Amino acid sequence: MSEIKNFLYLNRRAPYGTIYAWESLEVVLIGAAFDQKVSLLFADDGVYQLVKGQDTPGIQMKNFSATYRTLGDYGVRYMYVDRKSLQDRGLTEDDLMQVAWEDMESDDAVDNIVEVIDSAKAAEVLAGADVVFSF
Amino acid sequence: MSDLHTVNKSPLEKNALDSCLRFATAGSSILLIEDGVYAAVKGTAVEGAIRGALGKHKVYALGPDLKARGMKDDRVIDGVKLVDYAGFVDLVETHGKVQAWL
Repeated sequence: MSEIKNFLYLNRRAPYGTIYAWESLEVVLIGAAFDQKVSLLFADDGVYQLVKGQDTPGIQMKNFSATYRTLGDYGVRYMYVDRKSLQDRGLTEDDLMQVAWEDMESDDAVDNIVEVIDSAKAAEVLAGADVVFSF
Repeated sequence: MSDLHTVNKSPLEKNALDSCLRFATAGSSILLIEDGVYAAVKGTAVEGAIRGALGKHKVYALGPDLKARGMKDDRVIDGVKLVDYAGFVDLVETHGKVQAWL
């Protein structure tokens, strides 16, 4: 196995209106099988993906929002949310779902890996990634 | 009969709403659908544009699209009317043509 890389998934699209959000989620789940360090960054309309209380039967589409809550079990350790993107949309951290993470080997656990960050930190996260997958 | 304008893009990603509001004549109606419904939510960067539009247009938003996106009714800007799919059909019937801003 080659060295472990920092994979970052950058999500900038709202769910449902286009296929980007769902496709990103599919790729994250596939990538989880490869034992890499995986982080997600939600910015611009991507922050809408994490809004809790999504209820889709009325538009006859699959509600894939519950899947985000399982990502901690698939090796995703960081889910960053850009603060300015939330503010521009009248949203706060309280509007977002929470995602728990637990390491089976070390018993380390984090109640909520969804973290609201400022632009400088987001820039750092992007610059620090070995690979960025854009959706 | 006045026209019905539909906007299906997020106002924070595309300029479909801006163009609609710029070109829609007073008295015509605007229906927000799909990702366009985010414009109906209070506290966004485009709330002022919607409030301004309410002086010249009836503004509607498709309820099932808001619900799918986790946006409860109490987050909708006062004056924006919620419609369901049957209401969408009624709007089409009671207006002239439908102009889509994609």
